[in-house]
Amino acid sequence: MEIADTTLPYIVAFLLAIVSSMLIDNVILSRFYGICSFIGVGDKPKSAFSMGVAVSFVIIMAALVCWPIYTYILKPLQIPFMDTLTYILVIASLVQIVGLFIKKYSPALYRGFGIYLPLITTNCAVLGVVQGNTDSGLSFGASMANAIGTSLGYLIVIVIFSFIRIRVSEYKSPKAFKGVALALIIAAIMSMAFVGFSGMVSVK
Amino acid sequence: MAENVKTAETKAPSKHYESFVAGIIKNNPLFVAVLGTCPALAVTISFEQSFGMGLLFTFVLICSNVIISAIRKLVPEVIKTPCYIVVIAAFVTITKMLTEAFLPELYTGLGVFLSLLVVNCIVLGRAEAFASKNTVLDSLLDACGNGIGYTLAISLIGIIREILGVGYITFGSVFTFIPLTHLPILADPNGKWNFAMSFFSQPAGGFVVMGLCLAVIMAVENHNNAKKKALARIEMQKALAAKEAAAAKPAVATASASTGSPAEKKVDTTTQQINPPKSPAQQSQENKETK
Repeated sequence: MEIADTTLPYIVAFLLAIVSSMLIDNVILSRFYGICSFIGVGDKPKSAFSMGVAVSFVIIMAALVCWPIYTYILKPLQIPFMDTLTYILVIASLVQIVGLFIKKYSPALYRGFGIYLPLITTNCAVLGVVQGNTDSGLSFGASMANAIGTSLGYLIVIVIFSFIRIRVSEYKSPKAFKGVALALIIAAIMSMAFVGFSGMVSVK
Repeated sequence: MAENVKTAETKAPSKHYESFVAGIIKNNPLFVAVLGTCPALAVTISFEQSFGMGLLFTFVLICSNVIISAIRKLVPEVIKTPCYIVVIAAFVTITKMLTEAFLPELYTGLGVFLSLLVVNCIVLGRAEAFASKNTVLDSLLDACGNGIGYTLAISLIGIIREILGVGYITFGSVFTFIPLTHLPILADPNGKWNFAMSFFSQPAGGFVVMGLCLAVIMAVENHNNAKKKALARIEMQKALAAKEAAAAKPAVATASASTGSPAEKKVDTTTQQINPPKSPAQQSQENKETK
Protein backbone atom coordinates (compact mmCIF):
# COMPACT_ATOMS: atom_id res chain seq x y z
CA MET A 1 0.00 0.00 0.00
CA GLU A 2 2.91 2.35 0.51
CA ILE A 3 3.87 4.35 -2.51
CA ALA A 4 7.57 4.27 -1.88
CA ASP A 5 8.76 3.50 -5.37
CA THR A 6 10.10 6.80 -6.65
CA THR A 7 10.79 5.45 -10.13
CA LEU A 8 7.06 5.29 -10.87
CA PRO A 9 5.30 8.45 -12.02
CA TYR A 10 3.20 9.78 -9.14
CA ILE A 11 -0.13 9.30 -10.91
CA VAL A 12 0.67 5.65 -11.74
CA ALA A 13 1.64 4.96 -8.16
CA PHE A 14 -1.58 6.67 -7.02
CA LEU A 15 -3.72 4.48 -9.29
CA LEU A 16 -1.85 1.35 -8.26
CA ALA A 17 -2.46 2.17 -4.62
CA ILE A 18 -6.17 2.61 -5.36
CA VAL A 19 -6.35 -0.78 -7.08
CA SER A 20 -4.37 -2.35 -4.27
CA SER A 21 -6.72 -1.18 -1.51
CA MET A 22 -9.80 -1.82 -3.68
CA LEU A 23 -9.21 -5.42 -4.72
CA ILE A 24 -6.21 -6.97 -3.00
CA ASP A 25 -6.74 -5.61 0.48
CA ASN A 26 -10.52 -5.36 0.17
CA VAL A 27 -12.18 -3.45 2.96
CA ILE A 28 -14.86 -6.03 3.77
CA LEU A 29 -13.36 -9.32 2.68
CA SER A 30 -9.86 -9.02 4.03
CA ARG A 31 -9.81 -6.05 6.43
CA PHE A 32 -13.23 -6.82 7.99
CA TYR A 33 -14.50 -3.24 8.22
CA GLY A 34 -18.21 -2.66 7.97
CA ILE A 35 -19.41 -6.25 8.26
CA CYS A 36 -22.57 -5.18 10.10
CA SER A 37 -23.79 -3.00 7.23
CA PHE A 38 -22.61 -5.63 4.75
CA ILE A 39 -24.81 -8.29 6.31
CA GLY A 40 -27.62 -5.92 7.23
CA VAL A 41 -28.29 -4.58 3.74
CA GLY A 42 -29.29 -8.04 2.56
CA ASP A 43 -30.61 -8.90 -0.86
CA LYS A 44 -31.68 -5.50 -2.18
CA PRO A 45 -29.17 -4.30 -4.80
CA LYS A 46 -30.78 -0.87 -4.98
CA SER A 47 -30.41 -0.11 -1.30
CA ALA A 48 -26.97 -1.75 -1.31
CA PHE A 49 -25.92 0.67 -4.03
CA SER A 50 -27.34 3.68 -2.15
CA MET A 51 -25.59 2.58 1.00
CA GLY A 52 -22.34 1.99 -0.87
CA VAL A 53 -22.39 5.41 -2.53
CA ALA A 54 -23.22 7.19 0.72
CA VAL A 55 -20.48 5.37 2.63
CA SER A 56 -17.96 5.98 -0.17
CA PHE A 57 -18.72 9.68 -0.17
CA VAL A 58 -18.34 9.97 3.59
CA ILE A 59 -15.12 7.93 3.61
CA ILE A 60 -13.50 10.19 1.02
CA MET A 61 -14.72 13.39 2.70
CA ALA A 62 -13.59 12.17 6.12
CA ALA A 63 -10.14 11.25 4.83
CA LEU A 64 -9.91 14.63 3.13
CA VAL A 65 -10.72 16.47 6.36
CA CYS A 66 -9.11 14.28 9.03
CA TRP A 67 -5.60 14.00 7.60
CA PRO A 68 -4.96 17.78 7.70
CA ILE A 69 -6.55 17.98 11.16
CA TYR A 70 -4.20 15.32 12.47
CA THR A 71 -1.09 16.66 10.75
CA TYR A 72 -1.57 20.39 11.22
CA ILE A 73 -3.56 20.62 14.46
CA LEU A 74 -3.21 17.54 16.67
CA LYS A 75 0.46 16.87 16.02
CA PRO A 76 1.79 20.42 16.55
CA LEU A 77 -0.31 20.70 19.73
CA GLN A 78 1.17 17.37 20.86
CA ILE A 79 -2.22 15.79 21.52
CA PRO A 80 -2.18 12.95 18.97
CA PHE A 81 -3.93 10.71 21.53
CA MET A 82 -7.10 12.74 20.91
CA ASP A 83 -7.27 11.37 17.35
CA THR A 84 -10.13 8.86 17.78
CA LEU A 85 -12.29 11.36 19.64
CA THR A 86 -11.67 14.01 16.98
CA TYR A 87 -12.29 11.68 14.07
CA ILE A 88 -15.59 10.38 15.35
CA LEU A 89 -16.85 13.89 15.94
CA VAL A 90 -15.69 14.98 12.48
CA ILE A 91 -17.38 11.96 10.91
CA ALA A 92 -20.63 12.48 12.84
CA SER A 93 -20.82 16.15 11.83
CA LEU A 94 -19.84 15.30 8.24
CA VAL A 95 -22.70 12.83 8.03
CA GLN A 96 -25.08 15.50 9.36
CA ILE A 97 -23.82 18.08 6.86
CA VAL A 98 -23.99 15.64 3.95
CA GLY A 99 -27.52 14.72 5.01
CA LEU A 100 -28.63 18.36 5.12
CA PHE A 101 -26.93 19.11 1.80
CA ILE A 102 -28.56 16.18 0.00
CA LYS A 103 -31.93 16.97 1.57
CA LYS A 104 -31.76 20.53 0.23
CA TYR A 105 -30.52 19.84 -3.30
CA SER A 106 -31.84 16.39 -4.11
CA PRO A 107 -34.80 15.27 -2.01
CA ALA A 108 -35.23 12.18 -4.20
CA LEU A 109 -31.72 11.00 -3.41
CA TYR A 110 -32.30 11.80 0.26
CA ARG A 111 -35.35 9.55 0.29
CA GLY A 112 -33.29 6.91 -1.52
CA PHE A 113 -30.66 6.94 1.23
CA GLY A 114 -33.35 6.74 3.88
CA ILE A 115 -32.12 5.39 7.19
CA TYR A 116 -28.70 4.49 5.81
CA LEU A 117 -27.40 8.03 6.11
CA PRO A 118 -27.35 8.31 9.93
CA LEU A 119 -26.06 4.75 10.17
CA ILE A 120 -22.86 5.71 8.36
CA THR A 121 -21.53 7.37 11.50
CA THR A 122 -21.29 4.00 13.18
CA ASN A 123 -19.92 2.22 10.13
CA CYS A 124 -16.48 0.87 11.04
CA ALA A 125 -15.25 1.39 7.48
CA VAL A 126 -15.20 5.18 7.82
CA LEU A 127 -13.37 5.39 11.13
CA GLY A 128 -11.22 2.40 10.21
CA VAL A 129 -9.88 4.03 7.05
CA VAL A 130 -9.27 7.41 8.67
CA GLN A 131 -7.63 5.93 11.74
CA GLY A 132 -5.59 3.49 9.68
CA ASN A 133 -4.29 6.31 7.49
CA THR A 134 -2.84 8.28 10.37
CA ASP A 135 -1.83 5.23 12.44
CA SER A 136 0.40 3.93 9.66
CA GLY A 137 1.72 7.41 8.89
CA LEU A 138 0.68 7.60 5.25
CA SER A 139 1.27 10.77 3.23
CA PHE A 140 -1.72 12.81 2.08
CA GLY A 141 -1.66 11.30 -1.42
CA ALA A 142 -1.37 7.77 -0.11
CA SER A 143 -4.17 8.26 2.39
CA MET A 144 -6.45 9.70 -0.30
CA ALA A 145 -5.61 6.74 -2.56
CA ASN A 146 -6.43 4.42 0.33
CA ALA A 147 -9.73 6.20 0.94
CA ILE A 148 -10.78 6.14 -2.73
CA GLY A 149 -9.73 2.52 -3.18
CA THR A 150 -11.43 1.43 0.01
CA SER A 151 -14.69 3.12 -0.86
CA LEU A 152 -14.72 1.66 -4.37
CA GLY A 153 -13.95 -1.77 -2.91
CA TYR A 154 -16.81 -1.38 -0.43
CA LEU A 155 -19.24 -0.38 -3.18
CA ILE A 156 -18.24 -3.25 -5.49
CA VAL A 157 -18.40 -5.95 -2.83
CA ILE A 158 -21.66 -4.84 -1.25
CA VAL A 159 -23.43 -4.70 -4.64
CA ILE A 160 -22.05 -8.07 -5.83
CA PHE A 161 -23.01 -9.59 -2.49
CA SER A 162 -26.62 -8.38 -2.71
CA PHE A 163 -26.97 -9.90 -6.19
CA ILE A 164 -25.54 -13.23 -4.99
CA ARG A 165 -27.97 -13.23 -2.09
CA ILE A 166 -30.92 -12.76 -4.45
CA ARG A 167 -29.85 -15.81 -6.41
CA VAL A 168 -29.21 -17.85 -3.29
CA SER A 169 -32.55 -16.95 -1.75
CA GLU A 170 -34.30 -18.51 -4.75
CA TYR A 171 -33.04 -21.95 -3.77
CA LYS A 172 -33.65 -24.13 -0.74
CA SER A 173 -30.94 -23.88 1.88
CA PRO A 174 -30.44 -25.95 5.03
CA LYS A 175 -32.66 -24.69 7.82
CA ALA A 176 -29.77 -23.99 10.16
CA PHE A 177 -27.93 -21.84 7.61
CA LYS A 178 -30.83 -19.49 6.90
CA GLY A 179 -29.96 -15.82 7.29
CA VAL A 180 -26.66 -14.60 8.65
CA ALA A 181 -24.85 -17.95 8.66
CA LEU A 182 -25.36 -18.41 4.94
CA ALA A 183 -24.35 -14.79 4.33
CA LEU A 184 -21.08 -15.41 6.13
CA ILE A 185 -20.37 -18.55 4.13
CA ILE A 186 -21.03 -16.61 0.90
CA ALA A 187 -18.67 -13.93 2.16
CA ALA A 188 -16.03 -16.62 2.80
CA ILE A 189 -16.31 -17.84 -0.79
CA MET A 190 -16.12 -14.27 -2.09
CA SER A 191 -13.10 -13.67 0.11
CA MET A 192 -11.40 -16.75 -1.36
CA ALA A 193 -12.17 -15.41 -4.83
CA PHE A 194 -10.61 -12.07 -3.92
CA VAL A 195 -7.45 -13.82 -2.76
CA GLY A 196 -6.93 -14.42 -6.46
CA PHE A 197 -6.12 -10.73 -6.88
CA SER A 198 -3.18 -10.89 -4.49
CA GLY A 199 0.13 -10.47 -6.24
CA MET A 200 -1.54 -8.70 -9.16
CA VAL A 201 -0.10 -5.34 -8.13
CA SER A 202 3.00 -5.16 -6.02
CA VAL A 203 3.72 -1.63 -4.95
CA LYS A 204 6.77 -1.78 -2.77
CA MET B 1 -30.08 -22.06 28.95
CA ALA B 2 -32.56 -24.41 30.53
CA GLU B 3 -30.62 -24.22 33.78
CA ASN B 4 -30.73 -20.46 33.76
CA VAL B 5 -34.44 -20.46 33.24
CA LYS B 6 -34.90 -22.98 36.02
CA THR B 7 -32.85 -21.06 38.56
CA ALA B 8 -34.58 -17.89 37.53
CA GLU B 9 -37.94 -19.53 38.12
CA THR B 10 -37.09 -21.10 41.45
CA LYS B 11 -35.32 -18.05 42.86
CA ALA B 12 -38.13 -15.69 41.87
CA PRO B 13 -35.63 -13.66 39.89
CA SER B 14 -34.78 -10.15 40.88
CA LYS B 15 -34.49 -7.71 38.02
CA HIS B 16 -30.77 -7.34 38.72
CA TYR B 17 -30.13 -11.03 38.23
CA GLU B 18 -32.13 -10.98 35.02
CA SER B 19 -30.20 -8.06 33.56
CA PHE B 20 -26.90 -9.78 34.38
CA VAL B 21 -27.72 -13.21 32.99
CA ALA B 22 -29.56 -12.14 29.84
CA GLY B 23 -26.42 -11.00 28.02
CA ILE B 24 -24.36 -14.13 28.63
CA ILE B 25 -26.24 -16.80 26.71
CA LYS B 26 -29.86 -15.92 26.02
CA ASN B 27 -29.10 -12.59 24.32
CA ASN B 28 -25.45 -13.21 23.53
CA PRO B 29 -24.36 -10.09 21.64
CA LEU B 30 -22.28 -11.96 19.08
CA PHE B 31 -24.06 -15.25 18.46
CA VAL B 32 -27.69 -14.32 19.03
CA ALA B 33 -27.89 -10.62 18.19
CA VAL B 34 -25.03 -10.87 15.61
CA LEU B 35 -23.54 -7.51 16.60
CA GLY B 36 -19.89 -6.56 16.80
CA THR B 37 -18.91 -8.95 14.05
CA CYS B 38 -16.02 -6.86 12.69
CA PRO B 39 -13.57 -7.46 15.57
CA ALA B 40 -14.91 -11.00 16.00
CA LEU B 41 -13.65 -11.82 12.51
CA ALA B 42 -10.56 -9.63 12.38
CA VAL B 43 -8.71 -10.24 15.64
CA THR B 44 -9.64 -13.88 16.25
CA ILE B 45 -6.50 -15.31 14.66
CA SER B 46 -5.34 -16.52 18.07
CA PHE B 47 -7.06 -17.35 21.33
CA GLU B 48 -5.06 -14.92 23.44
CA GLN B 49 -5.62 -11.99 21.17
CA SER B 50 -9.36 -12.58 21.02
CA PHE B 51 -9.53 -13.00 24.78
CA GLY B 52 -7.64 -9.72 25.18
CA MET B 53 -10.07 -8.02 22.82
CA GLY B 54 -12.96 -9.40 24.87
CA LEU B 55 -11.46 -8.04 28.09
CA LEU B 56 -10.87 -4.57 26.65
CA PHE B 57 -14.36 -4.60 25.18
CA THR B 58 -15.82 -5.50 28.58
CA PHE B 59 -13.86 -2.71 30.25
CA VAL B 60 -15.07 -0.09 27.77
CA LEU B 61 -18.64 -1.38 27.94
CA ILE B 62 -18.78 -1.33 31.75
CA CYS B 63 -17.26 2.16 32.07
CA SER B 64 -19.38 3.73 29.35
CA ASN B 65 -22.58 2.03 30.50
CA VAL B 66 -22.11 3.23 34.09
CA ILE B 67 -21.31 6.82 33.10
CA ILE B 68 -24.12 6.99 30.56
CA SER B 69 -26.71 5.69 32.98
CA ALA B 70 -25.41 8.13 35.61
CA ILE B 71 -25.87 11.12 33.29
CA ARG B 72 -29.03 9.85 31.61
CA LYS B 73 -31.26 12.50 33.22
CA LEU B 74 -28.92 15.39 32.43
CA VAL B 75 -28.61 14.74 28.70
CA PRO B 76 -31.29 16.28 26.47
CA GLU B 77 -33.04 13.86 24.14
CA VAL B 78 -31.90 15.62 20.94
CA ILE B 79 -28.15 15.30 21.47
CA LYS B 80 -28.28 11.91 23.16
CA THR B 81 -26.28 9.91 20.63
CA PRO B 82 -23.40 12.41 20.17
CA CYS B 83 -23.00 12.58 23.96
CA TYR B 84 -22.84 8.81 24.20
CA ILE B 85 -20.29 8.65 21.41
CA VAL B 86 -18.08 11.19 23.17
CA VAL B 87 -18.27 9.25 26.46
CA ILE B 88 -17.42 5.98 24.68
CA ALA B 89 -14.60 7.61 22.70
CA ALA B 90 -13.09 8.98 25.90
CA PHE B 91 -13.00 5.52 27.46
CA VAL B 92 -11.64 3.97 24.28
CA THR B 93 -8.81 6.53 24.34
CA ILE B 94 -8.08 5.68 27.98
CA THR B 95 -8.12 1.96 27.13
CA LYS B 96 -5.81 2.54 24.18
CA MET B 97 -3.26 4.38 26.28
CA LEU B 98 -3.38 1.79 29.07
CA THR B 99 -3.00 -1.09 26.62
CA GLU B 100 -0.13 0.60 24.83
CA ALA B 101 1.64 1.08 28.15
CA PHE B 102 1.04 -2.29 29.80
CA LEU B 103 0.28 -4.78 27.01
CA PRO B 104 2.15 -3.46 23.95
CA GLU B 105 1.88 -6.82 22.16
CA LEU B 106 -1.89 -6.74 22.44
CA TYR B 107 -1.90 -3.10 21.27
CA THR B 108 0.03 -3.88 18.08
CA GLY B 109 -1.96 -7.08 17.50
CA LEU B 110 -5.35 -5.40 17.70
CA GLY B 111 -4.26 -2.34 15.72
CA VAL B 112 -7.11 -0.22 14.42
CA PHE B 113 -9.75 -2.46 15.96
CA LEU B 114 -9.01 -1.01 19.37
CA SER B 115 -10.02 2.43 18.06
CA LEU B 116 -12.98 0.87 16.31
CA LEU B 117 -14.51 0.02 19.71
CA VAL B 118 -15.91 3.58 19.47
CA VAL B 119 -18.27 2.56 16.69
CA ASN B 120 -18.89 -0.95 18.04
CA CYS B 121 -22.57 -1.71 17.59
CA ILE B 122 -22.80 -3.43 20.97
CA VAL B 123 -21.32 -0.60 23.03
CA LEU B 124 -23.52 2.01 21.38
CA GLY B 125 -26.49 -0.37 21.32
CA ARG B 126 -26.32 -1.11 25.06
CA ALA B 127 -25.97 2.62 25.74
CA GLU B 128 -29.05 3.43 23.67
CA ALA B 129 -31.19 0.46 24.58
CA PHE B 130 -30.31 -0.14 28.22
CA ALA B 131 -28.08 2.36 30.01
CA SER B 132 -30.14 5.37 28.92
CA LYS B 133 -33.24 3.92 30.58
CA ASN B 134 -32.03 2.02 33.65
CA THR B 135 -30.32 2.61 36.98
CA VAL B 136 -26.55 2.59 37.41
CA LEU B 137 -26.51 -0.81 39.12
CA ASP B 138 -28.63 -2.46 36.45
CA SER B 139 -26.49 -0.93 33.71
CA LEU B 140 -23.35 -2.18 35.41
CA LEU B 141 -24.75 -5.72 35.64
CA ASP B 142 -25.99 -5.57 32.06
CA ALA B 143 -22.55 -4.46 30.89
CA CYS B 144 -20.88 -7.27 32.87
CA GLY B 145 -23.24 -9.86 31.39
CA ASN B 146 -22.83 -8.64 27.84
CA GLY B 147 -19.06 -8.33 28.27
CA ILE B 148 -18.75 -11.90 29.57
CA GLY B 149 -20.99 -13.17 26.79
CA TYR B 150 -18.98 -11.40 24.12
CA THR B 151 -15.65 -12.50 25.61
CA LEU B 152 -16.79 -16.13 25.70
CA ALA B 153 -18.08 -16.01 22.13
CA ILE B 154 -15.01 -14.28 20.67
CA SER B 155 -12.66 -16.60 22.59
CA LEU B 156 -14.51 -19.63 21.21
CA ILE B 157 -13.97 -18.40 17.66
CA GLY B 158 -10.35 -17.63 18.52
CA ILE B 159 -9.73 -21.13 19.90
CA ILE B 160 -11.30 -22.84 16.89
CA ARG B 161 -9.35 -20.72 14.42
CA GLU B 162 -6.05 -21.17 16.25
CA ILE B 163 -6.44 -24.94 16.56
CA LEU B 164 -7.44 -25.39 12.92
CA GLY B 165 -5.23 -22.70 11.42
CA VAL B 166 -2.04 -22.80 13.47
CA GLY B 167 -2.37 -26.22 15.06
CA TYR B 168 -1.22 -25.32 18.55
CA ILE B 169 -2.50 -22.83 21.12
CA THR B 170 0.07 -20.32 22.34
CA PHE B 171 -0.09 -18.78 25.80
CA GLY B 172 2.08 -15.89 26.89
CA SER B 173 2.72 -14.19 23.58
CA VAL B 174 0.23 -11.40 24.23
CA PHE B 175 -0.05 -11.50 28.02
CA THR B 176 3.70 -11.52 28.51
CA PHE B 177 3.49 -11.99 32.28
CA ILE B 178 2.57 -15.64 31.62
CA PRO B 179 5.53 -17.87 30.67
CA LEU B 180 5.46 -18.71 26.95
CA THR B 181 3.88 -22.14 26.49
CA HIS B 182 2.45 -24.02 23.54
CA LEU B 183 -0.35 -26.57 23.66
CA PRO B 184 0.09 -28.84 20.63
CA ILE B 185 -3.13 -30.24 19.15
CA LEU B 186 -2.97 -30.47 15.36
CA ALA B 187 0.66 -29.44 14.89
CA ASP B 188 3.93 -29.58 16.76
CA PRO B 189 5.28 -26.14 17.82
CA ASN B 190 8.76 -27.23 16.69
CA GLY B 191 7.44 -28.19 13.28
CA LYS B 192 8.00 -31.96 13.49
CA TRP B 193 4.46 -32.72 12.38
CA ASN B 194 1.74 -30.45 11.07
CA PHE B 195 -1.88 -31.20 10.20
CA ALA B 196 -3.12 -27.60 10.48
CA MET B 197 -4.82 -25.79 7.62
CA SER B 198 -3.54 -22.25 7.28
CA PHE B 199 -6.79 -21.43 5.46
CA PHE B 200 -8.40 -20.85 8.85
CA SER B 201 -5.88 -18.15 9.72
CA GLN B 202 -6.81 -16.27 6.59
CA PRO B 203 -9.81 -13.90 6.32
CA ALA B 204 -11.93 -16.47 4.48
CA GLY B 205 -11.40 -18.92 7.35
CA GLY B 206 -12.76 -16.34 9.77
CA PHE B 207 -15.97 -16.04 7.78
CA VAL B 208 -16.31 -19.85 7.59
CA VAL B 209 -15.76 -20.43 11.32
CA MET B 210 -18.15 -17.65 12.32
CA GLY B 211 -20.77 -18.87 9.83
CA LEU B 212 -20.51 -22.46 11.05
CA CYS B 213 -20.73 -21.37 14.70
CA LEU B 214 -23.93 -19.47 13.92
CA ALA B 215 -25.29 -22.44 11.97
CA VAL B 216 -24.59 -24.86 14.83
CA ILE B 217 -26.33 -22.55 17.31
CA MET B 218 -29.26 -22.18 14.93
CA ALA B 219 -29.44 -25.98 14.48
CA VAL B 220 -29.49 -26.55 18.24
CA GLU B 221 -32.20 -23.94 18.61
CA ASN B 222 -34.25 -25.49 15.80
CA HIS B 223 -33.83 -28.91 17.40
CA ASN B 224 -35.00 -27.62 20.78
CA ASN B 225 -37.97 -25.89 19.22
CA ALA B 226 -38.92 -29.03 17.31
CA LYS B 227 -38.62 -31.04 20.51
CA LYS B 228 -40.84 -28.60 22.38
CA LYS B 229 -43.40 -28.72 19.59
CA ALA B 230 -43.34 -32.52 19.48
CA LEU B 231 -43.80 -32.70 23.26
CA ALA B 232 -46.71 -30.29 23.04
CA ARG B 233 -48.24 -32.40 20.28
CA ILE B 234 -47.90 -35.58 22.32
CA GLU B 235 -49.51 -33.85 25.28
CA MET B 236 -52.38 -32.73 23.08
CA GLN B 237 -52.88 -36.20 21.67
CA LYS B 238 -52.85 -37.65 25.16
CA ALA B 239 -55.46 -35.14 26.25
CA LEU B 240 -57.56 -35.98 23.23
CA ALA B 241 -57.28 -39.71 23.91
CA ALA B 242 -58.23 -39.15 27.53
CA LYS B 243 -61.23 -37.14 26.44
CA GLU B 244 -62.34 -39.86 24.05
CA ALA B 245 -61.94 -42.47 26.74
CA ALA B 246 -63.97 -40.31 29.06
CA ALA B 247 -66.59 -39.91 26.35
CA ALA B 248 -66.73 -43.66 25.84
CA LYS B 249 -66.92 -44.28 29.60
CA PRO B 250 -70.51 -43.14 30.28
CA ALA B 251 -71.85 -45.68 27.82
CA VAL B 252 -69.99 -48.45 29.61
CA ALA B 253 -70.87 -46.99 32.97
CA THR B 254 -74.60 -46.89 32.24
CA ALA B 255 -74.39 -50.48 31.00
CA SER B 256 -72.84 -51.76 34.22
CA ALA B 257 -74.67 -49.07 36.25
CA SER B 258 -72.17 -49.26 39.07
CA THR B 259 -69.15 -47.00 38.33
CA GLY B 260 -69.04 -43.19 38.42
CA SER B 261 -71.15 -40.80 40.43
CA PRO B 262 -73.95 -38.94 38.67
CA ALA B 263 -72.07 -35.64 39.00
CA GLU B 264 -69.14 -37.07 37.08
CA LYS B 265 -71.43 -38.33 34.41
CA LYS B 266 -72.90 -34.89 34.01
CA VAL B 267 -69.46 -33.36 33.54
CA ASP B 268 -68.58 -36.04 31.02
CA THR B 269 -71.68 -35.43 28.97
CA THR B 270 -71.20 -31.68 28.99
CA THR B 271 -67.59 -32.03 27.81
CA GLN B 272 -68.80 -34.38 25.16
CA GLN B 273 -71.29 -31.84 23.98
CA ILE B 274 -68.76 -29.04 23.88
CA ASN B 275 -65.99 -31.06 22.25
CA PRO B 276 -67.52 -33.84 20.22
CA PRO B 277 -64.97 -36.57 19.42
CA LYS B 278 -63.22 -35.71 16.17
CA SER B 279 -63.02 -37.88 13.12
CA PRO B 280 -59.52 -39.18 12.22
CA ALA B 281 -59.38 -36.87 9.16
CA GLN B 282 -60.03 -33.81 11.31
CA GLN B 283 -57.41 -34.91 13.81
CA SER B 284 -54.73 -35.36 11.18
CA GLN B 285 -55.57 -31.94 9.80
CA GLU B 286 -55.11 -30.40 13.21
CA ASN B 287 -51.77 -32.14 13.65
CA LYS B 288 -50.60 -30.75 10.34
CA GLU B 289 -51.56 -27.27 11.43
CA THR B 290 -49.69 -27.56 14.68
CA LYS B 291 -46.66 -28.81 12.79
